[in-house]
Amino acid sequence: MPLFDRKDKSRYATFTRRSLGLSGGMALVFAVLGGRLYQLQIRNGDQYKTQAEDNRVNQRLIAPPRGRILDRFGVELANNRRNYRVLLVAEQATEGIEAALDEIGKLIVLSDAQKKRVAHDIAMNKKFAPVPVAENLSWEEFARINMHLPYLAGVQPDVGETRDYPYGSELSHILGYVAAVSPEDKKNGDDDPLLDLPGFRIGKRGIEKAYDEQVRGRAGASRVEVNAYGRVIRELSREPGQPGQDVWLTIDCELQRFTDQRLGAESAACCVLDAQTGDVLALSSTPGYDPNLFNVGITPDQWKALTTDDHKPLLNKALSGAYPPGSTFKPAMALAAVQNGLKDLHVVCTGALTLGNHQFHCWKRGGHGGVDLQRGIAQSCDVFFYEVARRLGIDKMEAAARALGLGAATGIEIPGESGGFIPSAAWKEARFGIPWQMGETLVTGIGQGYVLATPLQLATLAARIASGRAVSPRIAHTVGSTTQPRPLPDPLPFSDEAFAAVREGMNAVCNGGGTASRWRITEPGMEMAGKTGTAQVRRITKEERASGVLKDTALPWNLRDHGLFIAFAPVEAPRYALACIVEHGALGHPQVQIAHDVLKFAQTRNPLAMRTNYPTNAAMAVPRRPARGQG
Amino acid sequence: MTTRPYAAARRTLSVADKLFEINWGLVLLITIIACVGFAMLYSVAGGSFSPWATPQILRFIVGLAILLVVACVDIRVWMSMAYPAYAASLFLLMVVVVAGHVGKGAERWITLGPIGLQPSELMKVSLVLALARFLHGKSVEDISRPLNLAIALALIGVPAVFVVLQPNLGTTLIILLDGASLLFLAGLSWWWIAPAVAAVAIAVPTAWQFVLHDYQKRRVLTFLDPESDALGAGWNITQAKIAIGSGGVTGKGFLEGTQSRLNFLPEKQTDFIITNFGEEFGFVGCVALLILFAVVIGYGVQIAGSARSQFGRLLAMGITLNFFFYIMINASMVMGLIPVVGIPMPLISYGGSAMFSVMFGFGLLMSVHVHRQVEIPRQGGII
Repeated sequence: MPLFDRKDKSRYATFTRRSLGLSGGMALVFAVLGGRLYQLQIRNGDQYKTQAEDNRVNQRLIAPPRGRILDRFGVELANNRRNYRVLLVAEQATEGIEAALDEIGKLIVLSDAQKKRVAHDIAMNKKFAPVPVAENLSWEEFARINMHLPYLAGVQPDVGETRDYPYGSELSHILGYVAAVSPEDKKNGDDDPLLDLPGFRIGKRGIEKAYDEQVRGRAGASRVEVNAYGRVIRELSREPGQPGQDVWLTIDCELQRFTDQRLGAESAACCVLDAQTGDVLALSSTPGYDPNLFNVGITPDQWKALTTDDHKPLLNKALSGAYPPGSTFKPAMALAAVQNGLKDLHVVCTGALTLGNHQFHCWKRGGHGGVDLQRGIAQSCDVFFYEVARRLGIDKMEAAARALGLGAATGIEIPGESGGFIPSAAWKEARFGIPWQMGETLVTGIGQGYVLATPLQLATLAARIASGRAVSPRIAHTVGSTTQPRPLPDPLPFSDEAFAAVREGMNAVCNGGGTASRWRITEPGMEMAGKTGTAQVRRITKEERASGVLKDTALPWNLRDHGLFIAFAPVEAPRYALACIVEHGALGHPQVQIAHDVLKFAQTRNPLAMRTNYPTNAAMAVPRRPARGQG
Repeated sequence: MTTRPYAAARRTLSVADKLFEINWGLVLLITIIACVGFAMLYSVAGGSFSPWATPQILRFIVGLAILLVVACVDIRVWMSMAYPAYAASLFLLMVVVVAGHVGKGAERWITLGPIGLQPSELMKVSLVLALARFLHGKSVEDISRPLNLAIALALIGVPAVFVVLQPNLGTTLIILLDGASLLFLAGLSWWWIAPAVAAVAIAVPTAWQFVLHDYQKRRVLTFLDPESDALGAGWNITQAKIAIGSGGVTGKGFLEGTQSRLNFLPEKQTDFIITNFGEEFGFVGCVALLILFAVVIGYGVQIAGSARSQFGRLLAMGITLNFFFYIMINASMVMGLIPVVGIPMPLISYGGSAMFSVMFGFGLLMSVHVHRQVEIPRQGGII
């Protein structure tokens, strides 16, 4: 057999032909690859460039410092405190998490629960993410950590900012509190990116909530380069945010604290207004709560204690609590009476007024005898006001009450205000389908029945009687550098004669042997005028009335009558208006004693005569540490 | 039939002669491409020779030595070693499948002392050797005989089955493509080829149904719609496309690529290294690299065409096609043209086995070139 033959030639030809064919195929593939490169890099290059940039760059928000809340003299009611805290970075803790926590535990108090939470947080986060171990440390604790830092692998001391309320519960119902963002907060169309910042706090109640937008400030941003795991490689640029604006309140911190302490442990509320302008000087509702708790994180036990307390510490009774005003409603009726020509009305009180076959009792068994307007107010004679009501009719009574600020929200800047209630014939017809009854008119005349008012509305009532103008309570004076609009209150549709008569009656309550004369202010020039009130929280049956009405002392706390009082002082030139309610506290009139003390303190201190520290321009708002308090 | 530089194939060449005969232009091209690889490994390590560039350089130097040694060994020696090499590779392949190390969910590695070895890489070269050896003795008519064809198919099929069992879809694909192209080049009748193509068209859906692993199916599905699972399985494809695409016309510049440095790229030093090249050198760089590859392939085709023995021709073309298939599959994969199948870019991707097998292959190619005048009879002729 020959070494090479025709067959070799034939297959060489085949090989050459086919390898050329394959080469052509390979060239084609290279062309396709080149085409794909063209498509990716030239046609869509810009789009991929953007995506690569998005990949690479992260916006890190920088939380702005929250604006302060100050009283009229610049006292900080809510500010930002340095939050000394200790962070732990898992990947740097070379000795292990356990060991690191034990080492920290030797320097500061660290509970087992805290250690557990840290272990949990570390498990849930990237190993390079700092996890807080302890927050709100004292300076001493923080210094101790810093001193031992060389021996603490992975431990990072850190200074953050946290909201602080120096006066705790004393201003809780005014300021409200801040707390972590909840899913509901985001639903209300608030798309501020700050809400997504871990640990960010927003206002949940009170002024903190009402002015949250202004106090919050605007987020700063830091553009950082991150890798695929989110680790920050370096900062590319930084844009400082805008710090939150300060809110200046009309509150006088000293008076507020005095009032709150004076209410003490009672379930009570007390408002003090500038009778001429409506500036709220004190707005107290007790018991309060410590707003700092919500910021650092309230425990379930603490929350349960707050929600189950029968004194309702979370309820701002001063403006959310609606009570039957009782006899504090009578000055409003007296104004309407004079305005409608009943100035010289004279009634003989026999202890009850008979309407049809129904008896309407006076609080005083046996009656007051002959009663005119002055005496009616001073002695709080129910029968006199039954007669006033009978003659006025519900329509005129409703109009007068509304003119004096009852039956509608006062519009104070704190959220959650109740509007109270003033009934009308039309309302009853629409609501129950039954016509208005004369008996209901009588009951309304002494502030019972359907009538409801908040302590703030009653304080407004007192201020309006004292000033004769339609003052409305206002608590926010300046936000940032913008003074809030403060229009001069309009005169009320009552004659000077009517105001004079009612003020004289209220003067007699305290200084003319009336129902509050035991606690009259004796200092010359500081005398107060007022009106007591008692609101029944239970129904007195016919049988009980026959056998003698039970004394409050014989009743459990929650069935006792509410004690109310409205007042203004000084009588001659009213500056301070007040309303006070002590729930289930009619016995011994603690509300009158409180009003006496508060009004006396207010006049002695006389914050309205002191120069306020409101910023008149932006430059004045800047200094972060003005002198604390004045005088 | 006496030609320069040496008189006849029967005369033995000195080592110096052989080194002179080596196609140094091709060696230079290979070295340039490898240097591109070093630069990329340096870049994806964030501008550092460790951990990848330095070992890779050492491996390349070893690989270059392998290339030169292999090139100087007579082509007939390689022909006689074809079957033993094939048997050894197959044995190692079986060992891995039966009791291999587990790496990345697949059993691919065998540990020989300090070296981790992928027998499937060896297999690709051994198969080309063995098939070339087998087909060398067959005329065009012989090949189309059923018995011969069955033997050839068995030579291809058995390792393919073991590789697919590992499971390693990419390498299986390359083995099948290598085998098929060699049969085609050896002159397989179109009467066989046409039905085979039809059979493959039917087999693909069947394989989808019964043979492919879930993870392999997932890869195909995510390939078809990578954005459907942009953070999961589609991540690789999406990020690779972003990296290459963001390079634009001229690229971001050496060491300026952000995608790989910030770890957005998966397998950035191995299978997806070319994405970093695309990001840093752009369209211009990529086309230049493709041209380099194309020139290497052109050299291979030219060497195959100039060999006087059928064994040499088939071997050279097989090695060249093997190199081409690597490039084609890897480039298509990172550019999102085909599903992700785990094939490195030859000479550029980090990895020992691939580097050694590629350099060994180039050694064989060079041996064919050096011994292109050697004539080997169809029957016998083995030293």
